[in-house]
Parts: sequence; C-alpha cells; structure tokens
Amino acid sequence: MTTTAEKSTEATAPAVASKKKSRKFSPWGLVAWLVGLGFFFPVFWMVLTAFKSEGDAATNPPKLFFTPTLDQFKAVFEQGIGPAMLNSIFATGISTILVLLLGVPAAFALSLRPVRKTQDGLFFFMSTKMLPIVAAILPLYVIVSNIGMLDNIWSLVILYTSMNLPIAVWMMRSFFLEVPGELLEAASLDGASLMRSVREVILPLVSPGIAATALICVIFAWNEFFFAVNLTAVNAQTMPVYLVGFIAGEGQYWAVLSAAATITALPVILCGWFAQNKLVRGLSFGAIK
Amino acid sequence: MTVTADTDAAASEEAVAERVRKIREAQDVGVSRAEGWRRRLPLLPALIFMIVVTQIPFLFTLYYSTLSWNLVRPGSRKFVGLNNYIAVAKDSQFWRVGLNTVVLIVVVVLVSAFLGLLIALLLDRAFLGRGVVRTLLITPFLITPVAAALVWKTTLLDASNGIFNWVLSLVGAGPVDWIGKFPLTMVMVVLIWQWTPFMMLLILAGLQSMPRDILEAGRVDGAGAFQLFRELTLAHLRRFIELGVVLGAIYLVNTFDAIYMMTQGGPGIASANLPFYIYQRAFLGFDMGQAAAMGVVVVIFTMIIASFALRLIFKSFTGKEEAA
Amino acid sequence: MKVLKKTLHRLTVCAAAAGLVLTAGCAGAGSLGSSANEVTIALVSNAQMTDAQKLSSEFEKANPGTKLKFISLSENQARAKITMSTAMGGSEFDVVMISNFETPQWAKTGWLLPLDDYMKNTPGYDENDFIPSLRDSLSYEGNMYSVPFYGESSFLMYRKDMFEKAGIKVPQTPNYQPQWTEVADWAKTIKSKGVSDAGICLRGKPGWGEVLAPLDTVINTFGGRWFDENWNAQLNSPEVSKAVNFYVNLINEAGEIGASSTGFQECANLFGQGQTAMWYDATSAVSVLEDPKTYPELQGKIGYLPAPIAEKPNSGWLYTWSLGIPKHAKNPDGAWKFISWMTSKDYMKLVGEKLGWARVPPGSRTSTYTELPEYEAISKSYGPLTLESIKNTTPNKPTVQPVPYTGVQFVGIPEFQDLGTRVSQQISAAMAGQKSVDDALKQSQEYAEVVGRSYQEK
Repeated sequence: MTTTAEKSTEATAPAVASKKKSRKFSPWGLVAWLVGLGFFFPVFWMVLTAFKSEGDAATNPPKLFFTPTLDQFKAVFEQGIGPAMLNSIFATGISTILVLLLGVPAAFALSLRPVRKTQDGLFFFMSTKMLPIVAAILPLYVIVSNIGMLDNIWSLVILYTSMNLPIAVWMMRSFFLEVPGELLEAASLDGASLMRSVREVILPLVSPGIAATALICVIFAWNEFFFAVNLTAVNAQTMPVYLVGFIAGEGQYWAVLSAAATITALPVILCGWFAQNKLVRGLSFGAIK
Repeated sequence: MTVTADTDAAASEEAVAERVRKIREAQDVGVSRAEGWRRRLPLLPALIFMIVVTQIPFLFTLYYSTLSWNLVRPGSRKFVGLNNYIAVAKDSQFWRVGLNTVVLIVVVVLVSAFLGLLIALLLDRAFLGRGVVRTLLITPFLITPVAAALVWKTTLLDASNGIFNWVLSLVGAGPVDWIGKFPLTMVMVVLIWQWTPFMMLLILAGLQSMPRDILEAGRVDGAGAFQLFRELTLAHLRRFIELGVVLGAIYLVNTFDAIYMMTQGGPGIASANLPFYIYQRAFLGFDMGQAAAMGVVVVIFTMIIASFALRLIFKSFTGKEEAA
Repeated sequence: MKVLKKTLHRLTVCAAAAGLVLTAGCAGAGSLGSSANEVTIALVSNAQMTDAQKLSSEFEKANPGTKLKFISLSENQARAKITMSTAMGGSEFDVVMISNFETPQWAKTGWLLPLDDYMKNTPGYDENDFIPSLRDSLSYEGNMYSVPFYGESSFLMYRKDMFEKAGIKVPQTPNYQPQWTEVADWAKTIKSKGVSDAGICLRGKPGWGEVLAPLDTVINTFGGRWFDENWNAQLNSPEVSKAVNFYVNLINEAGEIGASSTGFQECANLFGQGQTAMWYDATSAVSVLEDPKTYPELQGKIGYLPAPIAEKPNSGWLYTWSLGIPKHAKNPDGAWKFISWMTSKDYMKLVGEKLGWARVPPGSRTSTYTELPEYEAISKSYGPLTLESIKNTTPNKPTVQPVPYTGVQFVGIPEFQDLGTRVSQQISAAMAGQKSVDDALKQSQEYAEVVGRSYQEK
C-alpha cells in the first residue's frame, strides 16, 4: 500500500524535477520575474525603510540611496521588545501544540469509516470558523475581565487554539484520509495496541501533513491582532500589538515603524520561506499525491 | 478482509478499501454503543473545547442583544427585548456597512483567485529562478497583516510622500489622496495583494497534480490551446479554485486589521466593514446592546451563506474520495 | 540513516518544547508573581507623554524597587482601552491618562479615586499652583479626581516669513482676536500666490477629540450649539450649518489635501516641514514646533494669535490630559507616587534640563510661566498667550445661546464619545467629498436626537 503511494509520488517527482532543472530562458519567465518582484516590492521597501533615518524615510521623491543606519532597530529593541517577543512565541507555540493535541485525535476519529454524524461533526467544526469573531468579542471581553484574565497570555493561548482548531482538524483529516483504509481499521479495532499502532504506523505517514498544519497554525497565530489588541494591555502584549505602539508619537515615525514591522514579520516569513513545500502541501489539503 | 498484498494499481486497492468501508458501514447498525462511543471518543476533547470557547460567548451575545446597555452610563442596563434589532434594521449605516462587507469579500476573493490563476499558469512553466520567484510571491501571505497595512498606508499610499504618488508625478499626474478618496478600494488592494499568493499556491498545486498525458492526447487530437485549457485544465482546477474561494471568504469575513490600521473605517463609514463597525459600537461607543444585536444579525447571515458554501466544498471533496 | 534522522527529529522537538517551557517562565503569564512594586501606566502617545516615558528612568532611580510599565497608544485607541477597562472596574492599570472630559463623569460614577488626601500628604506638591480653570474642570464636588499633566487651549500659529512674502499684515492692536473670515482670506491669498502648498492646516480626522476639537470652537463662535436648553439637537440649525460649511470650504479651497485623514500629528508634520502657512490647533503644539532639535529652521519664524472668532470672543478650547487612579487599581500608592512625580514642579525642571526647555509640558501650572526663567526666555512669543488663552476659556458657558451642558470642544455627557465619533465620521466624509455637508449634518442630527431624547426623558 505505502509503496504504491510512494511510487506514484516518485513517478511524478522526476517529471517535476526535470522541469525544475531545465533552465530555459523564456519571455514568460521574464514576466513571472516581474510579477514576483512587483509583489515583493512592498516588503522590500519596508525592509529598506527600516534602515533609513526618519528624515530620509518620508521624502518626496522617495530615496533609494541613502546612508543606512541601525538606529531604528536599536530604538525598537530598546523600547522593550523582549516581553512582546516572548509573549508571541509563547502564545503561538502553546496554542499550536494544543491544536495538535486536540486536533489529531479528532481528525483521526473523523477520518474513520463514517460514524453516524461524522459529516455533522465536521460541519460543526467548520461552522465555528465561519462565525465572525466580532460577534463574540463583547462577551469574551466581559467574561475574561470578570475572571481577571485580561492582559493574561493564557487568554490568547486559548483563543488562538479555538481559532485554528477547525482548519487544523479539516486539514489533518484529509491527510488521514490518505492513509489506506485498512491501516486505520486495523488500528481502531486493535484495542490493546491501538496507541502503538497509531504511533508507529499511522503518525509517520501523516507527520508531513501534521507539520504542514502546524505551520499554518503558526502563521495565523503569530499574525493575529484583533484578540491581542482588545484583550491585552501591558503584560501580555504580542508583537503585532507592540508594533502598533510605534505609530503614535511625534512627527515622523515611518522608519522606526518599518523596523518594528520588519522584526515582527520576519520570523513567520522565514518559517514560510524555508518550509515552502510543506506550506504548499498543507494548503492543498493533501490533494497532491 | 480480502486484501491481496501484491496488487500495485492504486485503483484496485482503493476499491478494496471502499468495499471494506461499505461492509463496516453496513455493520454499523449492529455495533455496540460502547464501540460507537469509543470511536467518537478522540473527537470529544476538541469538540468540547470548541463548544465551550465559541458557543458560550455567543449565548452571552444573544443575551446582551436584548439589553439596552451603555457601558459608560451605569445604571442604564435594562431589558428591552427586541428593540435593539429594530434599531439595527433602521440603521442605514449598518446596511451600508454590510454592503461594504459583501463587496469586499466578493471582490477580493474573485480578483485574487483570478490573479492567482494567472500567476500559477506562469509559474507552471520552467524558467530560470522559478523557485526564487515562488518564494518572493508567497511573502505577502506570510507578512503580518498589521505590518503590511501600515507599510502600505505610510510609505506607499501617503498623499504627500508615498511611492504611488511619486510614480504618478513621473508621468505628470497630480497627487491623489488614495486613502481619503478610495478607502475601500485601497483596503481591497492590500487584501488582494495578501491573498493572491494563497490562491496561487493552491492552484499551482492543482496544476502540478494534473496528469500531463491527457493534455498531450488532446493536443495530438487537434484541440486548440484555449479549448484544452477550458475543458481539461480548468475542470481539473475547479476543485482547487472552489477551495480557495471558500477558505478565502471564511477568513475575509473577519477582516479587521487592514481597516483598523489604514482607514479606521473612514471617511465616515466608506470603508468600514461589519466587524469594524461592530467593534466601534462596542469599544468606542460602549453601546453593548446594539453591538451584540448587530453581532447576532451578522452571525445569522453568515450561517445562511456558509451552509451553502460548506455543502459545495463537501460535495466537491467527498466526491473526490469516492472517485479516486 | 533513518534512525539518525529520527533521533534528530526527536531532538528538535524536545528542544522546541524545552524552549517553550522556558518562555513560559518569562512570558507575561498574567500578572502573577509581580513581586516588585509595579505600576502599570496607560498613556496617550503625544510628544509630551513620550518624553515622560523617556525620563521615567529618573523616577525609577529615585524610587528603587518600583518598576514602571507603560502602554502608549494613539488618542482614540488609548481612550477606548482606558474607558473600557475603567468602566468594567478592571485592574489592568494603576495610572490612566484621562482628561477633563472623563474626570467629572467618572468621579460621579465612582470610577476614580479622589486625590485630595494624596495631594495634601505630598509635601511641596502645591496643588494650588494648577491653573484655576483647569483645576475646576478636574474636580467634582470640591475634590480633585485627576491632576493635569499638561493643559491647552487653542490658538492660531502662522509663519511670519510666509506672511511677509504674501504681503499680509497682521494688526498689532493689543488683545486682537482675528475674525475667521480674515483668516480665510489670508489662507486663500497665500495659496493663490503660491507661497505655500496649503494656506492653513485644519484637522479633519474623525474622532471626537480630533476634528471636533477645532470644529466645535468654530461652531461655538459662529453662534451654534449641539443642544438647546431642552435637549433638542441643533446640528442642522442655520448657525451650525454655516460654521461647518465654512470649515469644510476653507479646507477645500486653501487647506491641506487628504484632510479626512489629517489629525494633530499630520498637521504638525506639515507645518514643521513648511507645507502650510497657518495652523489652528492646540497651544501645546509648541512643544514640538519650537523644539530646536526637531525643527531648527523654524526658530523665530512662528507667530501666534488668539483663536479666531466670529460672534463670540475667547473661543479657544479648554483641554487637559490628566492622570488619575482607577478605583480598582492594584497599586494606588505606587500610582500616586508616579503621578505626583510626573506632574510636579521638579518634573518641569527635569524636562527643561534634559530634553530642552521647549518641551516642558505647558499650560498646567502657573509656576511654569512665572518661576522658570529659562522657559520664560524661550517662550516669549507663545507663553503669555498660552496662559491667557487657558485662563480666558469659558467651559461653563461655551456658546452664545444657552446650553444644558458644559465643555467647549465637547459636550460633557458620557454619550458624547460615541455621538461625537459618529458625527465626526460624517463630517470627515463630507470633507473627503463623499457627501454634502448638509447630508452629513442631517445624519448627525438624527444621531444627536436619539441622545437628546434620552436626556429629555430623565
């Protein structure tokens, strides 16, 4: 079973690989480059502005050449980036772990032969994702305030988990569905060594899919702003909220803002760049064989 | 179980799996209750978690929507039944904002899907540095939305010192107050910039999973390029595009960051969407009852639309499982 | 190979998990374990407050063992957060930055701690030094509930060199208060002669504390008002209509582009960079404009005139950013220590010595203008006028016709935060050309009528 699956990927892989290796110059390639650079330009400009002095940042015409300075980055770090960074790492990391802990079993259960109401369970999960969070923010604020959990990072952890869980369950279920039915059957029937067979047989098969899901969760949790800005103050501030604090202030702030934006966006951008293939896999919901 | 270990063709294996599934399903009726619960057990923690964290606040929202409650006027909290809903129905701003929301979602999803398709087609061919281009292209999807909105608002769209106006000045056109005059459009531009990579990745995955021999066969048969594209490629891609559209719409319903950072919903309510408008009622206007009522109305509408959308993807994907 | 890969994989996972556990210890896992004497302060991020944050290390040096935590947001956002927290009785903040808008209302609802005892027990604090009109605006039933950090009225700032170039002569009569129609003429002259991009910069950003601040003073001086004595909304009365049309037209004809996203900061930038010849706004703008480090080329070029008038003289607004202690603050004593430091006479000296005398928080203490020779020296062009403007404001009788509310540039009722914001959004839309002024006022009138009715029923 597994060999067949591997074989088919290998069958297409050489085809894809050979495509990649051929270094043809084509006019369409040029167009693609232009499009790529165009899309990347705002990010490039953001990073560039981060190295400018404030005077150089807001000029007409905009400056491409200037004396770079690290002052803005220094300013961003000096204003107390530590707590915000730690909070973001903590909230993102723990919520992703929770999502996996809760979601993998759920996806497993939903991928077995349809239990009565499997569709309903899945439907329920997805419907929670579709509900506008703004409808819940009011009572959430009141509840969280009343239990004294405002400005507490755990509030964000729980909310991020609930935010990512539906998509994660859906994604992982589709990865579980790739696993040949007999394996799943054997695992669930084999009571005593259920955990063992799950761990040793099934998980390795779906671990790329789980990694992809984790990456998606990390992206969304790190970049989340709405809950963070409303439910935190000083102690539980995350990076996006910290970033916004640089807007205010006197006079010109574009350069230091760009520096803060660069630092905020960098971790996830790097993650996404290096795990690109996982990202693609994850997003296509296991459609690539 | 009658599985033969030597079979290679994926098709017959899947057929076997399907048979097994059907047998089990038939046996379902006779499965003991304990067995049924054991199968559902792994689902429970996640299910309970979601119910507690999402449904309970929503119940509270329902409750608040029946109150007239202004946070900064203590003692003003009293039960008013459905009055808030009537006020919402009469609030022309709410419906205008609702229209903004729909326009925003539809335009962003369709344009980014279309652009994503075009770019995916571009990337499907081999050329020098394709990997690099793909890396560049996915960056807008990865960047923190708040950061992106701020960079667009300040360095690109600023009326006096932004790049867009500088480029315009090169061709002699006057400075345009982008955010003042075209607020919703600018928000949509930023969103499209962020979501096109997502659509592109999905569609690219679809393109790369398409068997090429069919295309070859079609070409040999003398079919034109466009006809090939329409009947074979697009048909294969349909599933992926639908998935992208639905997922994109799900996330775009909650758009908040871009509006908060770029326009604060203004001027007036020109670029406000429902989440932002409700946020304003609650956190700037402190009118809890109204905000809650609006939230409930939005949820009802979303659920109606969502149930159609979900059926669409489920049909599309369960269809795939059986056909595969 | 497979085993190695697996082990490596396991190691990475363990390392990551360990890392997370470590961050758990350091991350803001709530405010548990805050053993040090911590004071959490919520500020609005204007220049003067950012300065205070910069200098806060001096406070920590003088008060070892006390740790300060700041959160600083722009005005609208800070207000939202602070109001939400205080109204819910939250304890996230020990010190909140509020104003003479919130203070009397929150004092009444018991959301703030009274400060008179604290003040009495702080030697050398000299609460009588605060400018009387400010002191009154922050008191309720004789007790002060917040103390002013800096106060302001509004006046007209202009570039003397640009006026010369345009051939405009400002009358030198004592106590001269220009008419708005004069100011409009000046702005148009400057624009038509190409002396500057904009003749005048006026706020247009939505927010009851942004566009409505200057606009309300224009409404007041043109004879308009928000409500009549019986709480009937007056927003589409002829006087208000005339005032708002005047304001919007002036901007369209001779003001800045992108008015609907121009607030205090943006006008400050424009004026500082020489892209506008006049700016009608807060007296506190001098902290930025007259700072030789920020705008050295502006030194000596800025002229000041009292707020322009139409029917009613002395139309400047009265505003103070003040510091108060929410009722459920965790550390009220630490909060007061910080507040008294930040609003003391010594703090003024500290700012002058460390950051420059132009950055001293203006308009809160009379002694700033009488007992600081260095400040007097550099503030000759605007100091006395600032003090005069603040003293002459009439928050209790802000309009020509009688009104049931107090407040010059705001209506001192809790609903005003929402009402003012919604009305300001309408007017901003009119400025962006999205609707006519009259349509904007019509919709605004509807909002105001709802509020007025709830007061009529009382």
